[in-house]
Amino acid sequence: MTAPFALPADFGALASLIAAATPAGVERALGARQTSINDLAALLSPAAEGYLPAMALRSQALTEQRFGRVMQIYAPLYLSSYCVNRCLYCGFSAENSIRRRCLSLEEAEEEANTLHQRGINHLLLVSGEAPQRMGVDFVEQVALRLKGRFASLSIEIQPLTEAEYVRLFAAGITSVAVYQETYDPVLYQRMHLAGRKADYLYRLATPARAAAAGMREIGIGALLGLGDWRAEGLALGLHLAWLRRHFWRTGLAVSFPRIRPAEGGFQALVPVSERDLSQLIFALRLFDPTVALLLSTREEARYRNGMVGLGPTRYSAGSCTAPGGYAHEDQAAEQFAIDDHRSIAEVCAAIQAQGFDPVRKDWDSCFQDR
Amino acid sequence: MLTIAGKTFSSRLFTGTGKFASVALMQQALLSSGSEMVTVALRRIDLHDPQDDIMRVLDRERFFFLPNTAGARDADEAVRLARLSRASGGGTWVKLEVTPDPRTLLPDPVDTLRATITLVKDGFVVLPYINADPILALRLQEAGAAAVMPLAAPIGTNRGLLTRDQIEIIIEQAQVPVVVDAGLGAPSHAALAMEMGADAVLVNTAIAVAGDPVRMAAAFKLGVIAGREAFLAGLGAVSTAACASSPQTGLDFIR
Repeated sequence: MTAPFALPADFGALASLIAAATPAGVERALGARQTSINDLAALLSPAAEGYLPAMALRSQALTEQRFGRVMQIYAPLYLSSYCVNRCLYCGFSAENSIRRRCLSLEEAEEEANTLHQRGINHLLLVSGEAPQRMGVDFVEQVALRLKGRFASLSIEIQPLTEAEYVRLFAAGITSVAVYQETYDPVLYQRMHLAGRKADYLYRLATPARAAAAGMREIGIGALLGLGDWRAEGLALGLHLAWLRRHFWRTGLAVSFPRIRPAEGGFQALVPVSERDLSQLIFALRLFDPTVALLLSTREEARYRNGMVGLGPTRYSAGSCTAPGGYAHEDQAAEQFAIDDHRSIAEVCAAIQAQGFDPVRKDWDSCFQDR
Repeated sequence: MLTIAGKTFSSRLFTGTGKFASVALMQQALLSSGSEMVTVALRRIDLHDPQDDIMRVLDRERFFFLPNTAGARDADEAVRLARLSRASGGGTWVKLEVTPDPRTLLPDPVDTLRATITLVKDGFVVLPYINADPILALRLQEAGAAAVMPLAAPIGTNRGLLTRDQIEIIIEQAQVPVVVDAGLGAPSHAALAMEMGADAVLVNTAIAVAGDPVRMAAAFKLGVIAGREAFLAGLGAVSTAACASSPQTGLDFIR
């Protein structure tokens, strides 16, 4: 058993590495054939801010070469808003008194059918962490019901054991997203007050458990607006590099969730502007030309339209963050307020207008038939 | 004419269908390329759906349909995909791709050979995508592959014939057609592969992400024709010393 992924004992060392970057280092990184962690630090640094157009061009070229002029479309399906965790930023936090819902199997299927009729083939199953209400058995049943109808089924739910991930893979789940929220362990403890999620190391080791279970793709990410986004970006790069070395068969993806208004009224602790977000996306694209980059409906239409082709490879569309919200509106509270309210068809039309093909199907459930 | 498994093709340019800005543009580029063999990732299409965006515009009278197993991590997945394709009307031909590393997308030699053996026994016409490994090419030929498809460079890189020396050996030894696949970034790369004696080339990224894919498809068509003609004409020997084009032998005194 190899040692689990770990960051430098002093998280501040990441910020120091970034702060030490110079314009010469940025130029070196922009011209590098293989981008190192030091290059990534330079690209994330304030010294790189003046190079944003050059970074965008390089990111665009790398993205086009690898992925072509296409954008994959997916949508989230919220299964449950019950949660035992107390996370300061989240609308589903246990201490918020909201109208909660846990879908039945039939309701989950109804939601999925609604999305399928709207043209969704890549589905992300999402839930709060409340294993008594929505455990692995339930997710397994949902997957078994849906897998023939959808090209791929991903999950963004509570961290599971490797054996549980093996079960879900066999049931048709193709990939797992689990975001560390913040890689800074001290800040992490301040944000996560109670529940299983308060265990920083257990969560940090989750992507490796899912990869070891055979999942095709692992998605990682940091919630932007909690800590220093530059240091989070470097931590993401280190995490990607570690996963790449240890699980060479596993595809990797990164999401860039910026904090949105949610029940509980949490405000971002540090501002992350669109320029910051763009720099982070371009830097990670330069660091890893093959990683899938996701930009969700947390971002508004204007920004998402502009970013088509510059780095992101997957867009969610027509999203609802409340369980049951596709088939029947206003039955439960949402996790957060989205900022791109266009329909799936409208998002696809906008992608086409940018000269890109919105691809609805780029996988097949028969890969996992046994 | 190129013959693979008893089927003849007048164009030696095979094309792919990924990465295009739209399906309409893909269709125009394919027509402009003159290609008669088009490969499509099975994962990207739904053979059961008559309205599938790609299959709807792919005239199977005009383009021979070569489904591929892109995305398969091992032999079992590739075999399963090929069988489902055949059962869904995808035919018995398959471009076998087994690529366990999602970053480089380099083919797995062990599982490619394994899947070829299984699929050939099962009645498939198998065209395996391989690294430019001459011994593997021979092993696949013995296993019954209908052609071999060695890569010029890692897929999508447009870097040209990085594996030139190995491909020369494969061409010299092969009894089945050799189709140079992946990494060809310019018509000159395709021409070079054909001049070396490749039977065909397969191009996707270089056309799909060109400034004008339709025009680039036509350019590749010409490059492939030029390279093939040069191969048939017989290239002159390459020399490092200057050599007069009107030879004065100076040996006239010899009786």
